[in-house]
Amino acid sequence: MQINPADASLPADPRRPQSAVAWGLIGLAYLMAGAVLLVPLLLIVVTGFREGVGVYLANIVEPETLHAIFLTVLAAIVVVPINVGFGIAAAWLVTRYEFRGKRLLITFIEIPFSVSPIVAGVIYLFLYGGQGLLGPLLAQFDLKLMFTVWAIFLVSLFVTSPFVARELIPLMQQQGGEDEEAALSLGANGRQIFWHVTLPNIRWALLYGAVLCNARVIGEFGAVSVVSGAIRGQTNTLPLQIELLFNDFNVTGAFAAASTLALLAVLTIVLKSVLERKTRH
Amino acid sequence: MTSLDTAREAPRAVAFGTRLPKARKPGRRHLLPGFGLTFGITALYLVLIVALPLAAMLLKTFSLGWPEFWRIVSSPRAISAYWITFSSAAAAAVFNGFFGLLLAWVLVRYEFPGKRIIDGLVDLPFALPTAVAGLALVTLFGPAGWYGQILVPLGVTVTHAQLGIIVAMAFTSLPFVVRTVQPVLEDIPEDVQEAARLLGATPFQVFSRVILPLILPAFTTGVVLCFARAIGEFGAVVFIAGNLPGMTEIVSLLIFIRLDEHNYPAAAALATVLLATAFVTLFLTNLLQAWQLRYADKSR
Amino acid sequence: MNKLFTAAVAAILLGTAPVLAQTTEILNVSYDISRELFDAVNAKFVPSYKASANADVKVNQSHAGSSKQAGLILEGLEADVVTFNQVIDVDTLAKGEFVTADWKSKFANNASPFYSLPAFLVREGNPKGIKDWSDLARDDVKIIFPNPKTSGNGRYTYLAARAWATEAFAGDEVKIEEYLKKVFSNVPVFETGGRAATTTFVENKIGDVLITFEAEVLGTIKQLGDDQYDAVIPSVSLLAEFPVAVVDKVVDKRGTREIATAYLNYLYSPEGQDIAGALFHRVHEASAVEKYKAQFPEVRLVTVEDVFGGWDKIKADHFAEGGLLDKVFVNQ
Repeated sequence: MQINPADASLPADPRRPQSAVAWGLIGLAYLMAGAVLLVPLLLIVVTGFREGVGVYLANIVEPETLHAIFLTVLAAIVVVPINVGFGIAAAWLVTRYEFRGKRLLITFIEIPFSVSPIVAGVIYLFLYGGQGLLGPLLAQFDLKLMFTVWAIFLVSLFVTSPFVARELIPLMQQQGGEDEEAALSLGANGRQIFWHVTLPNIRWALLYGAVLCNARVIGEFGAVSVVSGAIRGQTNTLPLQIELLFNDFNVTGAFAAASTLALLAVLTIVLKSVLERKTRH
Repeated sequence: MTSLDTAREAPRAVAFGTRLPKARKPGRRHLLPGFGLTFGITALYLVLIVALPLAAMLLKTFSLGWPEFWRIVSSPRAISAYWITFSSAAAAAVFNGFFGLLLAWVLVRYEFPGKRIIDGLVDLPFALPTAVAGLALVTLFGPAGWYGQILVPLGVTVTHAQLGIIVAMAFTSLPFVVRTVQPVLEDIPEDVQEAARLLGATPFQVFSRVILPLILPAFTTGVVLCFARAIGEFGAVVFIAGNLPGMTEIVSLLIFIRLDEHNYPAAAALATVLLATAFVTLFLTNLLQAWQLRYADKSR
Repeated sequence: MNKLFTAAVAAILLGTAPVLAQTTEILNVSYDISRELFDAVNAKFVPSYKASANADVKVNQSHAGSSKQAGLILEGLEADVVTFNQVIDVDTLAKGEFVTADWKSKFANNASPFYSLPAFLVREGNPKGIKDWSDLARDDVKIIFPNPKTSGNGRYTYLAARAWATEAFAGDEVKIEEYLKKVFSNVPVFETGGRAATTTFVENKIGDVLITFEAEVLGTIKQLGDDQYDAVIPSVSLLAEFPVAVVDKVVDKRGTREIATAYLNYLYSPEGQDIAGALFHRVHEASAVEKYKAQFPEVRLVTVEDVFGGWDKIKADHFAEGGLLDKVFVNQ
C-alpha cells in the first residue's frame, strides 16, 4: 500500500468532514437522530397543542391534572434536595477515605440504578404494606405510608438515590483531596473546607446530577404506580395521570399532560447541556 | 489544565466504584474531617432507603422455601417472560451499539451544522418520562400513526408485537453507548490515527486495528448498561407491547400482574430474579471497568 | 404567599387536597369501569348533602380491578366506602375485619344498589357473527375480557360462560371444562381491570368481541359511536350485583361513618338511581326502571345462588388455588 500524496497535505481543521464516507455517516446520524429522537418529541408536543393553546390550557387546569402537576413538583422539591445531600455525603465518603466495607457500600449505592422500577415499588410494599414487614407496627402507631404521598416520596428517593453520587464520585476521585488537605493545614475547619474548597470545585457536576435526578423524579412511572393507590386528585402523579386519562378515553387530556412533561424534558436537556459545558470549561 | 477539565475523562455513565487512573490514593486514613458525619449519613440513608426494603422482599422470598420458589420462577409463563425480556433487551442493546457508536463517532470527529442539537437530543430518553415515550411510540407506530401508516401496509407491525418492546427498550436506553464511548473517543489523540494512516493503513484498518481496541471496553460497558436498563424498562413498554402473556409480556409486567392478583409470593420470587440480574450486570460492569482502566493505562 | 404555600404543602402531606378547611373528604374505592358513574354521582351528591346535612363533603375516587382494590385496602388504602362489583371482594374485606360479616344486610337488595350482566361488544356489523356463548369457543374468534384473578368483571364472565355451558351440556363437567378451556385459550390478553380491557378492544383493536358488563358495553357505544360497535346480549346471562359497603374500620377511625352511610344511601335514592340508569346500569327504583326500560333488551338472568349455590361455594370450588378456574385458565 502506497502513501497517497494527497494525504500528506493535511487540512487545517481535521474535524471538518472531508470524505464522502464522513458525510454519509453524518447523514445517517441526522436521519437516525431525527427519526428516533426528534419525531417522537415533536409528535407529543404537536398532538398536545393540536386543538390550540386554549384547549391545552383547559385540559391542564382540570383539577385532577392540576393536582397531579402539583404533586409531581412537590415530589421533586422533596426528593431532589435529600438526594443532593446524600450524594455529597456519599461521594465525600467514597473518594476521601479508605475503610473496610467500601465496596459493599458502593454496591448499595449503585443498586437502585440497575434494578427495575417495579422491583422498587415491590420492595416498599413488602416493607410498609399492611401485610408487610413493618406495616403492622406502623398501623399500631396509626402511621400510614402506603398509598399516600409519603410512599411516592420514598420510592422516588430510592429510584433516584444514585444520580447525584454518580456524577460526583468520578469527579471528586479525579480531583483528589489535596486542595482540602491544604486548606486543612492552613487551619480551616470542616465546614469551611466544604463551602470554600470542595463545593466550588464540584458545583456544576452537582447541579448536573440534580437536574438528572429531578427529571427522573418527575417521570417515574413503574415504582410510583405500585405504591400510589391511584386516588384521583390525591396520589396521582403526572405520568400516572396520563395513563388514567388515556383509559378515560380522554386522549386530548392525556396528550396535554404528556406534552407538559415533554416540554419539561426539553428544558432539562437545555439545562443539562449548559451545565455540561460549564463542567468542561 | 484545571482539575475540572479531567472530569470529562471519567466516562459519565460508567459504574464508578473502581478508582480511576489519575486518582490520588487517599492514603492516610481519615486525615480530612467528616468521616464520621458522611459515613453516618450515607450508611443510615442506604440502610433506610435501600437495604431495609430489599431485605423485606428477600425475607418474603426466603419464606417460600426452595421448591415453591423454583416452581414459581420456572413456570412456563415466567420462562417465556424472561425470554421475551432478555431477547428484546439484547436486540435493543445491539441496535444501540451500532447507532450509539455512529452517533459518538460523528459527534466527536466532525464539525457540522446542527451538531449541538443532536448532542442535546441524545439525552432526550433520560429526560423524557418513560410513560410519555411509550405514548409517543405507540401513537407513531400505530396503524394510523406517522410511521405506522408506512410500515403496517408493508407488513411490519410494531405495536403489540415484540418489535414494539424492542423499539421502546432501544429508545429508553439509547444514551448509554453514546455517553460512554464519547469521552474515550475524545481522548484518542489525532496523531495516533495520523501515524497509522501515514504508515499506510486503510481507513478501515485504522478503525479496526487502532480505534476499536481503544474504545472496546467503554463500548462494551455502554452496551451492558443499555442491556441492563432495557431489562428493567416498564413504563414505555407497557404502552406499546400489548402485554400478551407468552408473546409480549415482560418480567416487570408479570410482577405487576402478580401483585394485582394479590399473589405476593410470586411477585416476590420474580422480583428477586430481577434483583439477581441487576447484581450480575453490576458485577459485569465493574469487571469491564477494571478492563477499561487497564486499557487506559496502557494507552497513556 | 409563603404561608399559603406552607399550608398547601401541609394539606397535601396530610392527604387532603387544599380545599376549604370545613370540607370532609371520603374515599370511594371502586372497580375499573365505574369511572363515569361515580364522576356523575359525586357531582350530584355533594350539593345534595350540603342541602340536607348542611355540610361540605368531597368524594375522592380510586378505580381499578375490584379484587386488586380489595387487596390494596388490606395493604393500607384508606377507603371509607367500597363500591365493588362482586360479593367476594367485599368478603375479602370482611375476612380482614375491615367490614363486619353482616355487611350484606346493611343496605337493600343484598347491598347492591344496581346491577348489570356480562354482555358482548362486537365491531360494527358483527363481522364474525357472534350471537351467543357458543360462538366464543370457535377457532376464528378472539375474545377480550379482564383477568378473573384481579377483576370481578372477569370472574362474572367466567361464571356466566359456565352457567350457559352447564345448561347447554346438561351438566357434563368434561364438556363444560373443554368448552371453557377453549374460550380461555381464545383470549390473547387478560388485562387486570375492566376499563383496560375495553381500551385494548377499542384503542388497540385487539379481539373480535369484548365481554364486559352491559353498562360498559352500552356506555362505550354511546361514547364512541354506534357506527363502530354493536351490542350483543346473549340468550342467557348472569345477574351481576354491584355490592357496596361502609368500611367500618376506616370510618370509625376517621369519624366519617355518617357521611359514608349517607353516600351509599344516596345511590338508592331516586336521583342516584336516575344517574345509574342514565349510565346504563339496571336499577331497582320504580320510576327509574320505567324511564330507562327501553335501553335494556330482555334477557334471561340466572343467579349465582341458583346455578352455583352461592358465593361461599363458588369461592371454595372455583376460585381457590388449584380450583375449577385454574383448571380452565390454562394460559394464566
